[in-house]
Amino acid sequence: MKKRSSSQFKAWLYLLPAALFLAVFLVYPLIDVLIYSFEEGFNFASQTYQGTGLYNYSYVLHDPYFIQALKNTFLIVIITVPLSTGLALLISLGLNKIKALKDLFQTIFFLPYVTNTLAVGLVFMILFKKTAYTDGMINVLLHAFGSPGVDFIEGPYWAKMFVMCLYTIWVVLPFKILILTSALASVNPMYYKAARVDGTSPARIFFRITLPMISPMIFYLVITGFIGAFKAYSDEVALFGTNLNAAGMNTIVGYVYDMLYGDSGGYPSYASAAALILFIVILTITAINLLVSNKKVSM
Amino acid sequence: MEENYQQIIKKNKAVTTGKTVLLYLGLTVWGVVVLFPFYWMLLTSVKSYSSYNAEYVPKLYTLAPTIRNYIDAFTAVPLARYFLNTLIFTVLTTLFMLFVTILAAFAFARLSFKGKDIVFAFFLSLMMIPNELVVITNFVTVTNLDLRNSFAGLILPSVTSVFYIYLLKENFEQIPEELYKAAKVDGTSDWRYLWKVMIPICRPTIVTITILKVIECWNSYIWPRLITDDAAYFLVSNGIQEIRENGFGRENIPAMMAAVVVISLPLVILFLIFHKKIMEGVSRGGTKG
Amino acid sequence: MKVVLEHLTKVFPGREKKNPKDVVAVSDFHFVIPDGKLVGLLGPSGCGKSTALNLISGLEVPTEGRIFFGDDDVTDLPPEHRGVGLVFQNYALYPHLTVRQNIRFPLENLKGDAKLSKEEMEDKVLEAAKVVQIEGLLDRKPAEMSGGQQQRVAIARALVKKPKVLLLDEPLSNLDARLRLQTREEIRRIQCETGITTIFVTHDQEEAMSISDSIVVMKEGKVQQVGAPQEVYDSPANLFVAKFLGNPQINVFEGTVTKERLYIGDDDLLEVKGVPDGKVLVGIRPEAFIWNREGAFCCDKKSVEVMGRDSSIVFGHAGAVTTQPRAIIDSELVSEKMEDQVRFDLRPKKVFLFHPETEERISFS
Repeated sequence: MKKRSSSQFKAWLYLLPAALFLAVFLVYPLIDVLIYSFEEGFNFASQTYQGTGLYNYSYVLHDPYFIQALKNTFLIVIITVPLSTGLALLISLGLNKIKALKDLFQTIFFLPYVTNTLAVGLVFMILFKKTAYTDGMINVLLHAFGSPGVDFIEGPYWAKMFVMCLYTIWVVLPFKILILTSALASVNPMYYKAARVDGTSPARIFFRITLPMISPMIFYLVITGFIGAFKAYSDEVALFGTNLNAAGMNTIVGYVYDMLYGDSGGYPSYASAAALILFIVILTITAINLLVSNKKVSM
Repeated sequence: MEENYQQIIKKNKAVTTGKTVLLYLGLTVWGVVVLFPFYWMLLTSVKSYSSYNAEYVPKLYTLAPTIRNYIDAFTAVPLARYFLNTLIFTVLTTLFMLFVTILAAFAFARLSFKGKDIVFAFFLSLMMIPNELVVITNFVTVTNLDLRNSFAGLILPSVTSVFYIYLLKENFEQIPEELYKAAKVDGTSDWRYLWKVMIPICRPTIVTITILKVIECWNSYIWPRLITDDAAYFLVSNGIQEIRENGFGRENIPAMMAAVVVISLPLVILFLIFHKKIMEGVSRGGTKG
Repeated sequence: MKVVLEHLTKVFPGREKKNPKDVVAVSDFHFVIPDGKLVGLLGPSGCGKSTALNLISGLEVPTEGRIFFGDDDVTDLPPEHRGVGLVFQNYALYPHLTVRQNIRFPLENLKGDAKLSKEEMEDKVLEAAKVVQIEGLLDRKPAEMSGGQQQRVAIARALVKKPKVLLLDEPLSNLDARLRLQTREEIRRIQCETGITTIFVTHDQEEAMSISDSIVVMKEGKVQQVGAPQEVYDSPANLFVAKFLGNPQINVFEGTVTKERLYIGDDDLLEVKGVPDGKVLVGIRPEAFIWNREGAFCCDKKSVEVMGRDSSIVFGHAGAVTTQPRAIIDSELVSEKMEDQVRFDLRPKKVFLFHPETEERISFS
């Protein structure tokens, strides 16, 4: 009996470091953020607040900066998730068809995954930016096609949104290509042989065999893609600088951090309310995704 | 019949060749899209300040490469400092993470204690909590502990990853129980068994999570940005942002690109050496961020 | 549909590092499969029989040689235009489709004039399902069926578009012993009913012998012998064929021929007319032995295994190449009184001589 309790104790000892870290930096904050979000007018310096209620949420939802951030985030999600998933599927299908140079292409396509997105964002910025000295590489290209060109970094909203989405796709594609290529490679080639002998057209092979067989992976990518895109922030900073509100390109996560710390910062209760709104949005979208996928991917 | 077959054969050959050409063309186009920013960053970093600014239409090559910008990057701004900070941060965080993760995974995989299933389910449910939600309180906690602008403040909240514990636990469980029983019979302690048997067997998974964590640390931006405002503790991501806004003067883009090259290089080199391992690891258990 | 293979050769180029050598999977394949017959391609694993099947189906293109279906040269024709039905070793049933959808799949591929209405498709699906007797399972998914049932669905899917040639790749290897016996009868029955020229690949000699009209024995990409099963068994072209067919395996001995008499060790066994003097390899089928106290073949009895109707006597002999030569005799003849030294007479028709180096058969009368 004594032996047993000592082995119990030892097990908890092994778990202790992880449990401690998680309790302090994950569980406690989770509860705390809920409390913050209901404490009205919390003052960080004096650690006091005026009352409890829903005022923080109402403030955030009426803040034009938040509305702008919400709009930007939704646009990024709606544009980049389908486009990047579709493009990744197209590229993976291509990769799966070739033999020569396959490894080389795969390696090149994966390169953006390991790069510092803040750093490469700067390169995108100078490629797309119009300055006093130069129109920038992309604008020079546009001139060649007879277009007057536009400053993508400090110009009109649609132009900024365009680079934003392009850069996001550039950043997220490697992961999706990797996952889809391995999903495609894991489809047993005998199915393709069988289909070929039956004279199945390529389009039909794709829609009736390939797509159903890799659909679990596609749904996985769509779900993680949605979550990732809703949390967009550092790619925006890379392109437009830290003052995203001024650039009109802020995102929900950006709004949370700005509220917490930064030019308009020092309001943890507003930040908490915004973060919880984001969490609820993500939860809802993920739940819808799961419902749809459960219906479609029933094998 | 014979005639008909011949036609089909000819058409089939032409279509196949056409498709292959188109396929390689498409893949090459995307390859260029991926590589061009890297080329541009290298190219610009070796153009001199004056020649860069003199090019109204940017040139796709340079005939007079210079390393001046790299010297500037290390002298005009504390790039070496940022670099060193990131290295310390990455190494320490990864080591702590490994230690904590291995112990927890071992407890869940091999030891038996009361309430194990419930505790594990609770651990798993923590995976769903987005970082953005807890960052607020962590910021407050670290500030109250007076740990802002310190390595402790940078590292501690980044140590644990529930997902890696889960991944390693699954791998640990694949080691046959007989091995554990045999070791017990021989009088091997749990501690010794963990380090001498389980870890060597699960090395591939441990390498995977190490690589993933290193990439994550090297590129981390949000937490370091919140917790440091003293440039002495900036990591490369914050450093590059600082350089962009206050560094060389806004217009010295070649020097900025030199800094970008220096920052990107370690991971790119790591990737070129270990690309098989990294891609395998990411497809097994990685999502970005 | 008659299938003619003319000097077919398939070479897989070697990979740079692992296997720098080219692999010749099929070498100079040359024979005719007559219309409406069931032919078994037989050989140990790695002998190129599956590659041969892929060449006929069009999934692989031969390095050399031509393939004819009837009088049409189909060598460069892609598989979908050849009109072949192919059943895979693991069946290749689409797991997300029901049995009905699986069988209908090839029909839905038809285009232009050949296109079918929904009703026509349904009729054909039912017809094919009836042939393989799975009408009751049409709405199940493959995962909900046994291996034998899946096998039938795979055959139905291959039959539904009325192929000119039906190809089966190791059709029985994924079934347990009892189902295997049953399914092979089934394949024979389906082939007889439909009259479709059928080629199947197997490594199991019993399977090939029991249902084929004709078998093709292969070794390392080369055809060893073509013929009706019994004919090949009774008259093997070389030692490999003799060893590959028959269970228990043929016994092999080292022998000599002197003045048209065959000797193994000192035993003077048979008259072998037309065979020059010299060393030979002697193959003796287990059923060639007749127990006789005065027999010429003298050996040491090691053990007796009684297996119902027949008994097998394991014996030792100085000239034996086979490690455990055995004789099969009627169980009723075996008695306690059998001495440790046994003598046999041999049935000359079950004894074959082979050249000691080339291992080719040397015929005698």
